[in-house]
Amino acid sequence: MATDLQESSTLALGEINKYDFRTDTPTVFKAQRGLSPEIVSQISEMKREPGWMRDFRLKSLEIFNSKPMPHWGGRIGVDFQDIFYYLKPAEQQGKTWEDVPEEIKKTFDRLGIPEAERKFLAGVKAQFESEVVYGSLQEDLAKKGVIFTDTDTAVREHPDLLREYFGTIIPPSDNKFAALNSAVWSGGSFIYVPKGVSIEFPLQAYFRINAESMGQFERTLIIVDEGAQVHYVEGCTAPMYSTESLHSAVVEIVCKKHSRCRYTTIQNWANNIYNLVTKRAVAYEGAMMEWIDGNLGSQLTMKYPAVYMMEPGARGEILSIAFASAGQHQDAGAKLVHAAPNTFGRIVSKSISKNGGRSSYRGLVKVEPGAKKSRSSVVCDALILDDKSRSDTYPYIEIEEQDVSIGHEASVSKIGEEQLFYLMSRGLSEAEASTMIVGGFIEPLVKELPMEYAVEMNRLIELQMEGSVG
Amino acid sequence: MNERLEIENLHVAVEGSEILKGVNLTIGRGEVHALMGPNGSGKSTLGYAIMGHPSYEVTAGSIMLVDADGTAHDVLEMEPDGRARAGIFLAFQRPMAIPGVRLADFLRHSVTNVRDPDRKEGQELMPMREFRGELKDKMKELSMDSDFARRYVNDGFSGGEMKRAEILQLAMLRPRFAILDETDSGLDADAVRLASESIARIGGAEMGILIITHHEQLLEHNIPLKTHVMLGGRIVESGGPELAAELHKQGYERIRKAYPEAAAAEEEMEAERRLEPAAS
Ligand SMILES: Nc1ncnc2c1ncn2[C@@H]1O[C@H](COP(=O)(O)OP(=O)(O)OP(=O)(O)O)[C@@H](O)[C@H]1O
Ligand SMILES: [Mg+2]
Repeated sequence: MATDLQESSTLALGEINKYDFRTDTPTVFKAQRGLSPEIVSQISEMKREPGWMRDFRLKSLEIFNSKPMPHWGGRIGVDFQDIFYYLKPAEQQGKTWEDVPEEIKKTFDRLGIPEAERKFLAGVKAQFESEVVYGSLQEDLAKKGVIFTDTDTAVREHPDLLREYFGTIIPPSDNKFAALNSAVWSGGSFIYVPKGVSIEFPLQAYFRINAESMGQFERTLIIVDEGAQVHYVEGCTAPMYSTESLHSAVVEIVCKKHSRCRYTTIQNWANNIYNLVTKRAVAYEGAMMEWIDGNLGSQLTMKYPAVYMMEPGARGEILSIAFASAGQHQDAGAKLVHAAPNTFGRIVSKSISKNGGRSSYRGLVKVEPGAKKSRSSVVCDALILDDKSRSDTYPYIEIEEQDVSIGHEASVSKIGEEQLFYLMSRGLSEAEASTMIVGGFIEPLVKELPMEYAVEMNRLIELQMEGSVG
Repeated sequence: MNERLEIENLHVAVEGSEILKGVNLTIGRGEVHALMGPNGSGKSTLGYAIMGHPSYEVTAGSIMLVDADGTAHDVLEMEPDGRARAGIFLAFQRPMAIPGVRLADFLRHSVTNVRDPDRKEGQELMPMREFRGELKDKMKELSMDSDFARRYVNDGFSGGEMKRAEILQLAMLRPRFAILDETDSGLDADAVRLASESIARIGGAEMGILIITHHEQLLEHNIPLKTHVMLGGRIVESGGPELAAELHKQGYERIRKAYPEAAAAEEEMEAERRLEPAAS
């Protein structure tokens, strides 16, 4: 089975091992398992947070407890009392690479972050367990007033800016998992790009889960001021564990007038992880928000990045790729809300199901009254690699305005015998040919990724495809 | 004896109905053979069967690849990729589009496998520089723009572009035996002339070529040693280049009259086809 990385042993053992290792890290503080007001307060205290944040957490916990589990999407088999909600690997956050503890460095070395940084990065934030331990941002960006830090630091160092937006785009009451995140969040990125500043290189963060039964609840807030531009990239590779793990992030983004933000994620979770993420952006006049979202691995992913187009001329684009293999359910999709006239939305979703995997597209396009001349198009294509696998489409469209244009196209296809034969007649094995066809299927999205992520994505797909043809 | 591709008494069925009814054909390396015949007579079916298309079931007969020392390899035992690696190539009458896969990427993979038949999946591909250089040269020889290799395989190609891409693949893969299934169709007059020259240059004495065509032009620089006529799933007559000229000018009247049995088989196949839409 290809997604079980330990078993796919043929070609790139080194490559595979890269994603499957643990390091023994001295844990300075480990909260107790489970969830209670005491634990939440303790987390807040450990972080030396101001009172408002502690109150926000406690209130969120109440909301979490009062909300039922969602009854749609996938089956969520998580015992909330059996999870560590906070783990701090080291007391201090490293300033430079040299300051980073050796064990953690080893982990990052194996992920290739320092090289990546040298080559491409404007700034690196690497999240190890719950805290950001290493961060750097090129000096000139800092000079322009760009803030790129972890959210915990932002609570201390940029309290006013943070408080103005934190929890306003996704309030704790939004859904059960947003409430959970709001109660126990830790880490994540905080980015502020001042008026008119555009950052040429993508800002990147690596997230990892590296402790058993540990939930990861990062919280990201990005504020792109008027006329500013930023591309944020988040990549994820989790090592494999046998007990169930929960990942529930919240990402809030504000795109002010005529700004542009692109948020790229590639997540490759271990097969036992529940990945339940709430991502939402608001875009004001003439602003452009793009989500590019790649989901591989995990036991269940439920993720529907949203763009609320609040003022005329706002644009929202959501491009997503989901790959579901044995034992995996990818319930991914998108949400576009046209709340003003002349707003433009686009959703492109590609899913691949293999070896009994299940992928669903769940999307909503909503046009509010008065949002005249708005346009949206939704294209979702599913590729099913065998008879055991499954793909579903749940497109919801709510239109409360006449003068709009909304398009929806959906296709489901199987890998064509004719295509396979054509490639095999040129000397490609069946597995190579299928991999190539799958690669071609997602290519329209992959080419939107930064170079090194495109390479990574293609390699991940190859790993997923390995041994898929018997 | 010469290296050769030997087809004996080949019977092929598609979805249970027999299309080829005993084809015999031997092509030596370095020889050019032309295969003509009316629409639906089974020419493409022969190409598919040689290449190992899964829908074309060989119900009787054999296809053997014989080395110069006389060692015979059973082609029917090989998967399509094995056949490609053994040196067989089919230029498709209607090549398949593979959206999202760049011609250059696909070809690099393909060339690597065919030149190193023992290569295992995941092993190194042919070095990029070397590949690019060679591809560029070949494209130049075929008057193709090098940007063309960045396009997705056959996706949105014009009819002529598809056929040129097939010739490019032929040039890069340099097989021992090539079946060119109507590689001239869709090409304009100049392009056919260029294709004819290119195929002659690529083939030289190194390749055994079976040219399936309804025209003569492709044969201009590839004078066939033999011209074969297929009718109703059999090769009913073989002759020299003059036969190709005759068929091209005068059609298949004479052939149908001379081989009433094959002509009857042809009619039967046509009748079956007419019934199909009603049956399904
Ligand atoms: N995949 C298929 N499914 C159903 N019928 C097929 C298939 N392939 C071939 N046939 C039938 O087999 C017969 C021979 O077809 P084939 O394509 O080999 O003819 P051809 O000689 O190449 O014709 P043309 O000159 O038009 O290319 C036809 O009756 C055709 O309809
Ligand atoms: Mg044909």
